[in-house]
This record gives sequence, structure tokens and C-alpha cells, in this order.
Amino acid sequence: MSHATATPVGGKLTTPFFNLMALVALVGAVALVVRFGQGLGAASGMTDGYAWGIWIAIDVVVGTALGCGGYAMALMVYVANRGKYHPLVRPALLTGALGYSFAALSIVVDVGRYWGMWKIPTYVSWWNFDSALLEVALCVMTYVMVIWIEFSPSVLERWRASGTPGQRTFAESAGPKLDKALPWIIALGILLPTMHQSSLGTVMMLPYSKMHPLWFSPILPLLFLVNCLFLGYAAVIGETTVSTSGFGRRSDPRLLGSLAPVMGWLILFFLALRFGNLAMRGSLPAAFAANKYAAWFWLENLLLLVPGIVLLGKNARERASTQFGAAFAIMAGGVLYRFNTYILAYDPGPGWSYFPSVLEILVTAGFVAAQVMIYLFVVRRFPVLTSATPAPSR
Amino acid sequence: MTTITRRQLLQGAAVAGVAAATAAPATAEASAESEARGRQPGDLGLLYDSTLCIGCRACVTKCKQANELPVDALTINGAPYDAPNDLNATTKTVIQVATQGDRFAFVKRQCMQCLDPACVSACMIKAYQKGPGGVITYDQSRCLGDRYCQIACPFNVPKFQWSKAIPVMVKCEMCRHRKEGPACSEVCPRQAVISGKVTDLMAEARRRQAASPGKYLARIYGETEAGGTQCLYLSAADVPFETLGLPKLDATTQPHLSTSIQHGLYNKMIAPVALYAAIGFAVWKNTRGGEDEEKKP
Repeated sequence: MSHATATPVGGKLTTPFFNLMALVALVGAVALVVRFGQGLGAASGMTDGYAWGIWIAIDVVVGTALGCGGYAMALMVYVANRGKYHPLVRPALLTGALGYSFAALSIVVDVGRYWGMWKIPTYVSWWNFDSALLEVALCVMTYVMVIWIEFSPSVLERWRASGTPGQRTFAESAGPKLDKALPWIIALGILLPTMHQSSLGTVMMLPYSKMHPLWFSPILPLLFLVNCLFLGYAAVIGETTVSTSGFGRRSDPRLLGSLAPVMGWLILFFLALRFGNLAMRGSLPAAFAANKYAAWFWLENLLLLVPGIVLLGKNARERASTQFGAAFAIMAGGVLYRFNTYILAYDPGPGWSYFPSVLEILVTAGFVAAQVMIYLFVVRRFPVLTSATPAPSR
Repeated sequence: MTTITRRQLLQGAAVAGVAAATAAPATAEASAESEARGRQPGDLGLLYDSTLCIGCRACVTKCKQANELPVDALTINGAPYDAPNDLNATTKTVIQVATQGDRFAFVKRQCMQCLDPACVSACMIKAYQKGPGGVITYDQSRCLGDRYCQIACPFNVPKFQWSKAIPVMVKCEMCRHRKEGPACSEVCPRQAVISGKVTDLMAEARRRQAASPGKYLARIYGETEAGGTQCLYLSAADVPFETLGLPKLDATTQPHLSTSIQHGLYNKMIAPVALYAAIGFAVWKNTRGGEDEEKKP
């Protein structure tokens, strides 16, 4: 997985933007003191009715899907054998590794009895194979390790080139071994998201009596899987566009543009599955009711359908602004679909409501800020982004 | 992708076969679990008769005593009462009142002891299990507090200690720690809640319905709801169960769909292992090809 063109961006780390992120992360850390000191009730808007809030719906369910860029690009490069996308793999793996690591961290924050989490991978005889959540937990735990290993050649490359003598020796001895094992690790990195991203859909099949018919579906696992794929590609386009313009590097709209039809067809496939299944189950009339559910439902689908069609047009192959706009809309629509499946569509009955507390939002914001900080640190110090033009030192 | 030759296919199949064989023992247990349990002769439960309940809440107080649960103090006009308005972290059973105009009916809530419980299906490492007498037991030493049981339960029964830094789940376990059996039925002055074997409770419910024609709804709530529960309800003829706040549920068990998917996809881990072999083969082949290309000048 070596590509000669990736170079560290370099430059000063502590820009004003970086310092702002540090502040947001620090505030989030302070909010965590309340959560761990006084329990989940004091820190969150969650209740016995809405037992899951944004720490699951956003940090885990949405965060891992946006982190599926690594998975989606690995499918493209290593299974479909489209080597030209190689330059997009490393940044996608880095955002994926960060998204998944912080999803795992969020679970530690959200789970009431976090100190017992080591029991999940250890007590094999306790495993409940009926539980989709067990599948998610085991897969995500493994995948966090796998995706960092997938990313590690970038670190080894840097150490080999300009590390301390110790780092260099390590990189030289570990590198060849890693190269040998990498195909099987990459394969795991494709298998595991296929499993747990679909299982994230299965998770919300269990409470089917509490689910709104526009989101509940017997094919939720398939819908979640397709959804995470086009979200993964959209995240790659979004992230590449932002980082290339942010670091003053020349972007390659044709490379990103060749992803456009793939995403367009995936989205049309998703919508066909969703509407086809709704029609088959006779639930389509619910989409034409005059209520908030129908409104959200159409917003989600239009945020996918419109950019989906745009991506199939010629304009999207060439123009970076079209690609970025479409990717942004797709992220909004795809993220809404996931969030709404976990929060809006879930109705525990009369008398319950949920809105995230300030502390809850601060923790999520802090985690996002920390991810941005680590991303900036890594791309400045390690060869992740390809260098179409040399980066100006800033 | 290039066409896969027969030899390559056989290699892939061999890898899949070896992996499937090693994974099989670990998953053998899984298929046994999926067997529908159904009603069993020794099942224990409660029968609650809304027409007999006078709302004295002796059951609520006795339950707290028997389970060493603190009061849920509510101050009304300056005077404090132990007045839980729902099941919660300090309340395993509660009496609620349903009103319709100036008429009202009481309803008792507690764990329904489902035949195929969503909480048991949800829990990752079996903190909930179907124990002796079909009573759903909770083991806090296994509980991680992920609260999937709360999401899953169609009756919103398991409750979480939101105000504690070291929380556990709270739900009725039919007083399995008491030799005498459930405390709530023991103190009921009107036999509005009685406990015993579900077969006997079902017969008693039918006897009451037959003895007072026109008094009761013909149905017994819990006979089929969510695939059947061990706690059963009788209601007055003009008070539908939904009015009492009992959810309208079909006869499909709550876990039916999600477990059939889990078992279908992960049956003996064959599908994931085969998929891994196929992906692994493709990646190995494609990366090898890539290296060859790089070696070219």
C-alpha cells in the first residue's frame, strides 16, 4: 500500500483554528467530569423512555458511517481493483480510524457500567448470538484495531524516512511483515464494516413495535449497509475537498468525479429499496400524512435523490463545486436517515420526549473537535495527503 | 474484476472450509437458543384483575419493602407522599389510573415476564435470562448499562438508575429471592393480583369471565401479546386494554424478526467466513498485481 506521492503537509500546528478546537475539546472534557461523577441523568437529556440519545445516534451510528470512507475506498481499490483511487485511501483511512476510535470512546461514555466492558470480548461463553448489539460491539472493537493497522504504513514510512534510530529499526523490521499480512488485514477491514454496519440496522429491528413504519423495515440491515457506503464516498469527497483547499493543495476533480456515478447509482439503489419495501408492506400512505414524520421522511429522501441524480450527470465528473455540493447534501440526507431511525422513528409511548442536554452536546462537540485536532496533527507530520503542489508553509 | 479460475475457486473454498470448521464449535450454542420456548407447565406469573383493584397501592408499598427499594417521594401541596407515577429506578411495580370522563380504572404495571423476551434477546452477555419458572432474571454483575433492554422492551419495563454514578437496571423478578413468592399478590386485599402457575392463572381468569357474563372483556391480555406473557390482565368490558395503557401488540414475539436475521446471516459463521475468504482472495490478487505494475519502470 505504498504510494510515493503522499507527503506530510508540515507547517505550524497551533493555528488559531487548532487552538479553537482545543478549547472545544477541553470544554467537552470538563462536561465528562459531570457524567462520570454524577451519572448519566445529571449529564444528559436521556430518560427511561429515550434510553439512547446523541451519544449513540450521532457519535456511534452516524460517526462510524462517516468513517466508512476507508471501507468504501478499500472496496474500490482492492476488490474492484481500481488502483487510481490509491491517493484517496490514506486520508479516508485516517478519518475512518478517528471516527471509529471516537465512536468507541463515546460508547464508554454512554454505557452506564463502562468498567465492565472488558467482559464483552473475554467471556465468550456469555455471548448472546441473538443480540445484534453484541455483533456490533465485537466487530467495532476489532475494526478499531484493524483500521489503525491499515493506516500504520503511513507512520512506518515516516519513521523509516526521518525517525529516531529506534523508530527506524522498528519500521525496517515491522514493514516487510506488515506488507505480507496487509492483504488479509485489508480484507478484514472490508468484512467487519459489512457486518457491523448492517447490524446497526438490525439493532433497531428488535424494538419494532415502537418504530414508525416509515423507518422500520425488515431490510434495515441492507439499507444501513448501502447507506454507509454512499456516506463513506461522500465523506471522502467532502474531506478531500476541504483538506486540499485548506492546505492550498491542488485537487483532482476528475478523480473524485469518477466516484460520482458510483455514488449516484448507490443512492438510487437505496431509494428503490426503501420505497419498494414501503410499498410492499403497504406503509407508503404514511409518507403522505400531514405530520413531522412525513416531513422528515421527504427531507431525507430529497437530500439524497437530488444530488444522486446530479451525480449521474456530466457536470459532476468535472466540477469540484458540484461534487462538493452533492456530497454535502448526501451527507445531510444520509446522516438524517440514520439519526431519525434511532431517535425520531423510535416512540416509547405517550409522555416521553428527548432533547439532548447542553452537556451532552458539549461532549459530542468536544469529541468532534478532538478528531479534527488529531487529523491536523497527523496530516502535518505524516505522509497522508498527496502533494499535487508543494504546501505553502503557514 | 478478472475471471476466477476453477483452481482459484477451490483455494478460496478450502480457506473458507477450514475457517468454518474452527468457528463451528463456538457457534453451535447459537442455533439451540433460537428454538421457540413457548409456554411451559411450570411457568409462574401474575393475574391482575382491573375490575377488582381499588387502587390502595398496598402492592406497591409491599414490593418496595420486599425489594428494599427507597420511596419515590412526591410533594403534593406541601405534603410528601411515596407516590411513584410510573415504574422507575426505585419502583418495580406501580398502580396507575386510567380515566375516561368521570370514570376510571386502575392498572398495575410490572415486568410482564414475556415468553420470548426482547430484553433477553437484546442483552449482549446475557445479564437477562429466562430462569426457573420462566421468570426473567437480571444479573447486575454481567450488566454493562448499555440500556438496549430499555430500547427493546415493548412494555418499557426495565428502568435505569440515571442518578447514580454506579448504576444498575431495576425490574420485577417476581420476588425470586423470597420463599413466599411475590410480595404484591400476598398483600392484595381483593385478590386483584394473584400469583401462581400460569396454567392455573389462565383457568382462574376464564372462571372469572364465565362467572360474571358481560362484566369482562372477552380477551385476556398477555395470552398472545408479544408472543405471550406470563403476567395476564383482565379488564372491564367497556375498558379496552389500550385505555389502561397496555400497548397494542400483535402475536409475533418482539425478537422474532431481528433474531431470524442474526441467525440467518451468522448461522455457524459460514457466510462471514466465506465472504472473508472471497474478499481476502480478491485483495491478495489485486495487491499482488499492483506490485507487479510498480516494478515496471
